[in-house]
Amino acid sequence: MARFTPHTEDDIREMLGAIGVETLDDLFADVSPKQDQPLDLPSALSEYEVLEGVSELAGENITGLPVFLGAGAYDRIVPSAIGAITARGEFLTSYTPYQPEVSQGGLQVIFEFQSVISELTGMEVANASVYDGANAAAEAALMTARLTKRDPKVAVSAGLNPRYREVIETYRVATVELPFDGGTTDFSEVPEDVSGVFVQSPNFFGIVEDVGAASQAAHEAGALSVAVCDPISLAVLEAPGNLEADIAVGETQPLGMPLLYGGPYAGYMATREKFVRQLPGRIAGETVDKDGRLAYVLTLRAREQDIRRARANSNLCTNQALMALAATVYAALMGPEGLRKVAELSISKAHYLARRLGESGFELRYPDAPFLWEFAVEMPDVARANEALLEAGIVGGLDLGDGAMLVAVTEKRRKEELDRFVEVVADAQ
Amino acid sequence: MLSSEQTLGNLIRDKGRPGRRGYTLPKPDVDEISLENVLPEDALRKEKPRLPEVDEPTVIRHYTNLSRKNWGIDTNFYPLGSCTMKHNPRANEAAAAVPGFAGLHPLQPEDQAQGALRVMHELQVFLSEISGFPAISLQPLAGAQGELTSILMVKKYFEDAGDEGRTNVLIPETAHGTNPATATMAGFNAQSIGLDEHGCVNVEELKEKADETTAALMITNPNTCGVYERNISEIAELLHEAGAFLYMDGANMNANLGRMRPSDAGADIMHFNLHKTFSTPHGGGGPGSGAIACSEKLAPFRPVPVVEKEGESYRFVSPEKTIGRVAGFHGNFGVLLKAWNYIRMHGPELKDVTDMAVLNANYVRARLKGTYRIPYEGPCKHEVVVQPPKGMKALDIAKGLIDHGFHPPTIYFPLVVKEAMLIEPTETESKETLDDFVGAMLELAQSKDLEEAPTKAPTRRLDEAKAARQLKAHW
Repeated sequence: MARFTPHTEDDIREMLGAIGVETLDDLFADVSPKQDQPLDLPSALSEYEVLEGVSELAGENITGLPVFLGAGAYDRIVPSAIGAITARGEFLTSYTPYQPEVSQGGLQVIFEFQSVISELTGMEVANASVYDGANAAAEAALMTARLTKRDPKVAVSAGLNPRYREVIETYRVATVELPFDGGTTDFSEVPEDVSGVFVQSPNFFGIVEDVGAASQAAHEAGALSVAVCDPISLAVLEAPGNLEADIAVGETQPLGMPLLYGGPYAGYMATREKFVRQLPGRIAGETVDKDGRLAYVLTLRAREQDIRRARANSNLCTNQALMALAATVYAALMGPEGLRKVAELSISKAHYLARRLGESGFELRYPDAPFLWEFAVEMPDVARANEALLEAGIVGGLDLGDGAMLVAVTEKRRKEELDRFVEVVADAQ
Repeated sequence: MLSSEQTLGNLIRDKGRPGRRGYTLPKPDVDEISLENVLPEDALRKEKPRLPEVDEPTVIRHYTNLSRKNWGIDTNFYPLGSCTMKHNPRANEAAAAVPGFAGLHPLQPEDQAQGALRVMHELQVFLSEISGFPAISLQPLAGAQGELTSILMVKKYFEDAGDEGRTNVLIPETAHGTNPATATMAGFNAQSIGLDEHGCVNVEELKEKADETTAALMITNPNTCGVYERNISEIAELLHEAGAFLYMDGANMNANLGRMRPSDAGADIMHFNLHKTFSTPHGGGGPGSGAIACSEKLAPFRPVPVVEKEGESYRFVSPEKTIGRVAGFHGNFGVLLKAWNYIRMHGPELKDVTDMAVLNANYVRARLKGTYRIPYEGPCKHEVVVQPPKGMKALDIAKGLIDHGFHPPTIYFPLVVKEAMLIEPTETESKETLDDFVGAMLELAQSKDLEEAPTKAPTRRLDEAKAARQLKAHW
């Protein structure tokens, strides 16, 4: 029987004796209705067999090729040191640090993660992370409603990742559409009744938006502004905290997390200290122990569901601690210069590709808008281009469905790959 | 203990010096662009972020030493009630590290991701068999999100049916805090329902409260007292008669595998905690997965996407009346893969997992009985709630356990039991470990001066009030 259960038949007999019952079934005497049939599942496999099966299944996926897909998840370099740290059983197999005396490692990591996020966003306080970027956006939308005491309703544009918008709407937040023109959002006419105004920069099409204008428009409407920012971009772009944004959120996957078909990743949320009581999720704070030694603890717990129950500011229970650890180790390894280098390499390569595509007759959808490492390029037959790319050993960009491809270029892409991309799509049109 | 801290300071940033680097990037192979030439000046960052500037050896040593100030299942017995801290098989980690999964972009077309979709589809089938429900969604990213997804589906069901008067969700007093918080977040009033003398939902009270204003009852079974809800079928009937749904919080499914199927018991919808029942690592508090299972009636409301098999291939589909999207992509795929892996390693023997988990909890219960007060009659299921001898505090016993090398159980929860200590040993612990734990518990029950404990941990007890009063959450 035993797989990960240590008991021998003798153990079981002794333990049943200590309990004072005859059989294991006796322990389930109160269960009703009982399941009388064995579970109809494929029979148990050994570790060796199951992992052989995993490798076979993995072979049915197409990976190991240069990837030009982005749209919220990026094929970036993951330093080896990250996996070495996240595999430490002390981190991997622990849980939420309810007992701070034996959880100082995890708590300090959260404190450092919050600090990294606060530094990047220019905000005073960040939480310990949430499920993913889309959920960070949804939680921020709800936060704007609580802080403005308005109904949850946010202004968004086509520049916001459509998946983020969908999650916001699932969370019963209404959305109103702002005009999107020439690759950027027009914030000149924000409705007066919204609780929040969203600005994503770089936006869904890779273009740098005017975060300051969004903040100003939000404040004039009595609303709060939410900036959605790729953390790598914040190595080169002005921090949303310096552009009067009230809340900054985003996806930390680019900070050292493998693509892994969409998760687990982690969302970040940062804000002004005056709004901290409406910030959902865990927050680690500094304190001292009985001997006056510096230590960390989960704090401002009266916001949370296990204390406040129906009146909590969210139902969030855990964060994405292991992914926050990965992001923290990534930020430490890279430092401010390394992060900047990642951004600059990506920008240089993306602009090289865009220029080469231009030379081959492809037009950018938004030729006058400033972009970083992702851009939409007009392409009459994206499906055909992507087929040809795949045949040439390249995973092409995202088909926007309206005659354009959204192309992401990271620091991983080599010049030969970029050149090959241009050749193949030019031949395919 | 960590001697270098006096000179280096505590935080990773304190250990750096301007100019140090921890990682070398490839050299540029295209012309380097000057940012000023491609971006508007006022968009550019003026001051660089105060991030650590450290070398790789320092990074590794810093986080390795931090890990040594953290307890996990790998280092210590961790009987945290309602959290199912079972051993995390390393085959799961090996599976998720396979490059053919780790390198898969979530927006690659379905025909490039058939292996991943097949894993998801098979996991849907497995969870269907385990729960008895025909429909599954793997989208929710954690247990709490599984709850929210389920209750949002219930909400949408009634909106779709034009039944606007259902404003209440009933929550038993034993419920996790996420249940009432979820009800509020989904736009319902959380209405409390009391317990009977066995610690179970009070059926007489339910008869009065379940009416045309009720949308659902959120039940955890076994409940957070470790007690099986013996009237679950009757509860389901009462709710169905009132036109409402029974939602089952699956946090405690480790007690039910192969022994009870929630759909047979009359539930309409439930969530699993894949990170609890199916052994994926808790990671210090995430990532998890809160996959849900539901009846045909609620299936059209599941979030997008769901995986369907068509001939020999797999594809994503959108349920007809979907509540929408709850995750940026397709759920925490890495966690799904690990849970799939675990189920494949067990097959029908999953029942033994439950049997051993329940055996271990009842063994601890039997051994503590007489010294600790046990508020509810046995047998318990996978966890047991106990109370310290009169005059002693759960907090002191918990901190005392740390000095014995045991992670404390969940304390002061469930709220209905004073000085509650909720102990969930799980199936992966040996009799010897349980005997040692019980020995420590019995010794602590005789101890005085536990206010000083712990003394052997990385820190003493903390000043939690100071942390909130003088918030410092950023270096």
